[in-house]
Amino acid sequence: MPEAEIVLRLDRISKRFGALKANDAVSLTLRRGEVVALLGENGAGKTTLMNVLFGHYLADAGTIEVFGQPLAPGNPRAALAAGVGMVHQHFALAGNLTVLENIRLGTERLWARGVGAAREKVERLSRDFGLSVHPDARVGRLSVGERQRVEILKALYRDARILILDEPTAVLTPQEAEALFATLRRATGLGLSVIFISHKLHEVMAIADRCVVLRHGRVVGAVDTHATDRGALAALMVGGELSLPRAEARAAGAVLMRVDGVSTPDRGAVPGLKAVTLDLRAGQITGLAGVSGNGQAALAEIIGGLARPASGRLTLRDRPVRDWSPGIALAQGIARIPEDRHHQGTIGDFDLTENAVLETYRSRFSRRGWMNWRAARRFAEAIIKGYDVRCPGPETRIRLLSGGNMQKLILGRALAGGSIREAPEIILANQPVRGLDVGAIAYVQSQLIAARDRGTAVLLISEDLDEIMGLSDIIHVMSQGRLSPGFARGTMTAPELGLWMAGQKFESAHAA
Amino acid sequence: MRLEPVANPSTARRLGLPALAIAATMVVAMGLALLAGASPLATLGQIAVGALGSKLAILETLNRATPLIFTGLAVAVAFRAKLWNIGAEAQLYAGAIVTVLLGTGALGGPLVLPVSALVAMLAGAALLLGPVLLKTRLGVDEVVTTLLLNFIMLLFVSYLLEGPMKDPMGMGWPKSQALIPEARLPRIVDGLRLHWGFALAILAAIGVWVIQTRTALGFEIRAVGQSPEAARFAGMPVNAVLVKTALLSGGLAALAGWSEVAGLKGLLSQDLSPGFGYTGIIVAMLALLHPLGVVVTAVFVAGIFVGSDAMSRAAGVPTYIADMLTAVALLCMVLAILLTKVRVVRG
Repeated sequence: MPEAEIVLRLDRISKRFGALKANDAVSLTLRRGEVVALLGENGAGKTTLMNVLFGHYLADAGTIEVFGQPLAPGNPRAALAAGVGMVHQHFALAGNLTVLENIRLGTERLWARGVGAAREKVERLSRDFGLSVHPDARVGRLSVGERQRVEILKALYRDARILILDEPTAVLTPQEAEALFATLRRATGLGLSVIFISHKLHEVMAIADRCVVLRHGRVVGAVDTHATDRGALAALMVGGELSLPRAEARAAGAVLMRVDGVSTPDRGAVPGLKAVTLDLRAGQITGLAGVSGNGQAALAEIIGGLARPASGRLTLRDRPVRDWSPGIALAQGIARIPEDRHHQGTIGDFDLTENAVLETYRSRFSRRGWMNWRAARRFAEAIIKGYDVRCPGPETRIRLLSGGNMQKLILGRALAGGSIREAPEIILANQPVRGLDVGAIAYVQSQLIAARDRGTAVLLISEDLDEIMGLSDIIHVMSQGRLSPGFARGTMTAPELGLWMAGQKFESAHAA
Repeated sequence: MRLEPVANPSTARRLGLPALAIAATMVVAMGLALLAGASPLATLGQIAVGALGSKLAILETLNRATPLIFTGLAVAVAFRAKLWNIGAEAQLYAGAIVTVLLGTGALGGPLVLPVSALVAMLAGAALLLGPVLLKTRLGVDEVVTTLLLNFIMLLFVSYLLEGPMKDPMGMGWPKSQALIPEARLPRIVDGLRLHWGFALAILAAIGVWVIQTRTALGFEIRAVGQSPEAARFAGMPVNAVLVKTALLSGGLAALAGWSEVAGLKGLLSQDLSPGFGYTGIIVAMLALLHPLGVVVTAVFVAGIFVGSDAMSRAAGVPTYIADMLTAVALLCMVLAILLTKVRVVRG
């Protein structure tokens, strides 16, 4: 089969943010009629690469060619004009306008003539590509899947010949996802080329011809999907080349917290927990691997006090938990490192002192309702010093700090404990190193190991298998809200864990 | 054209733009005077003289500022927690009704004033309790509920003044009986119209400032306003904080009604408040929600109103100019604040 013409060529794109190399000489080619999957974990550099393509970021190095023509850098309109369309994860549609109006919005005047021609074109496109949606329906009344079709139609209407889909199935039900795949197959048959951004392995296997895997900003693999399998892709995605702290094996202590047969309801496309049972032991790091969106958030919310189980129960030091809230969890010695450090972990316009005492202002820094700001400031200074938080001083607004320094403050705050009881007994670390540079990663991980060595129970939730395998004494995998059995350190390989992450092992374990 | 955030606005930017906003307000004022056929500079001068030109004028301005300080504080406290209390007007009337009920003979002796102040605050707080519970329990938008309560309250006052609270000796006018002398706030200096309500308003401003900066509740209020998600994650009782904020805000707004009745008017009538509750929003926004700033902006806004009254008599420019000026000042200030945080970029 002769190779089709190359329609898009990204050549050695590099983009750095401070110390973080978001893209490091990333190259990618896309041929006519082809679906290329861009695979990688959160923070691997997928979004940065697309932002460079669309001119939102200026690349530090590298060139882009669309249909053989070089693309002017830093101009958001250039890519659109060259025939590249993008469908974002979050749709940009006006709910009170009709489908047709939304499609024309921004390209032509709504009251100009030519509505008839526009309607014809939309109807023709939706017929050709199997994107059934009524042009006069109000977008606000459409389902999520239908809205996505409108977004795709919008791109096609603007004569896009290259379509970029950013995690398109994240919001879809399985049936809607299947319909989307049918559309994409039809579209490539008509000569459209597609970049499919995802971190879901089975979808990539189902729809993509080739697959480019990004990890820490670098291309770590470019493979034909026919010549590979899920386990190999998972191993590529999570890699194995970085030398980061590794915890030595160590005997575990008593069970501090037990999650006992806990289930939660599904939330849209995100599965709830399915009778999850998990023990957190003193002096042990329990790693929870899995692709995000498989129930980790629900489990973290339950352990952190933000939610209660719909069924099943939680026991803390052998006592069943009755009242449960973030405040109670803190007072019971559970420290949390949240997944979203910008929105959950800190308040951007508060200074470092205020952020340092966000959890303990009542228990440790006030008396009869009066704040002791002097003590709070001393506490913040101690964290800054003890955890090497690089900042001008405790009165700096925390939004001005880098992610790594922000995370160090959160870590210091968490390890100082939430109650009169000094150090925490349980640490819930949810994606603690996501988006950090390597130095900060090593620091945060070594602190978690040190906490374990002091006898703390650590639950480490991560998408990064390297991190999980390097740190955990025992590893569980989450998939579709189900929890795998615990595997002791060193008994599992990355491809084996990959199969559990993909959900295959659950089925075979079930069948057996 | 698009807006791009400025990470660390310079001092020049933070002080220069508000100054520019005030200058722009002056220019608009002169334009309005010109449209009305008067001399622009003379009109501005007359507003200034009318507001600050004599001892009497100054005291009148401070008197007018008193309810605005209270309503401004009420709004500033609530807005700090992103609790959008648009109902200070209704809470003001709740306070005024209670003051009249307790002050027309139901109570006597030296305790009348403190008791009526306290009960007035409770009434104002109670009035805001409904909307805030609807917000925390059912997610009902408090902008709508507090705004609509204003109209309900105005009609309720109208009913009271035509019915149960109507003064039998009032020659048929819709007004209440007058307060007994013990229920009146004394004047700060004999013979001058300024009453103790002004001093209490300043104390209230200092009190709110202390609460916001020195107490755990103040910390919670600011945290909930900045990021409810982070506050909840940190273990703060977000809903309880909102309820406490509402009680404080409603109580402060009610004190405006209390001080107007007990300090100035001596009775309840339908024209007790020419929109002090709404003007309080402008006062609070101009002060960037800072409680001590509220004192300054309340005096500024009061001065525009008092000065415009005087100017109108002398120059024949309609007093509506005062409303337009405060509105323009607010718009310019909001724009100035926005422009300290973002810059306009081409492309």
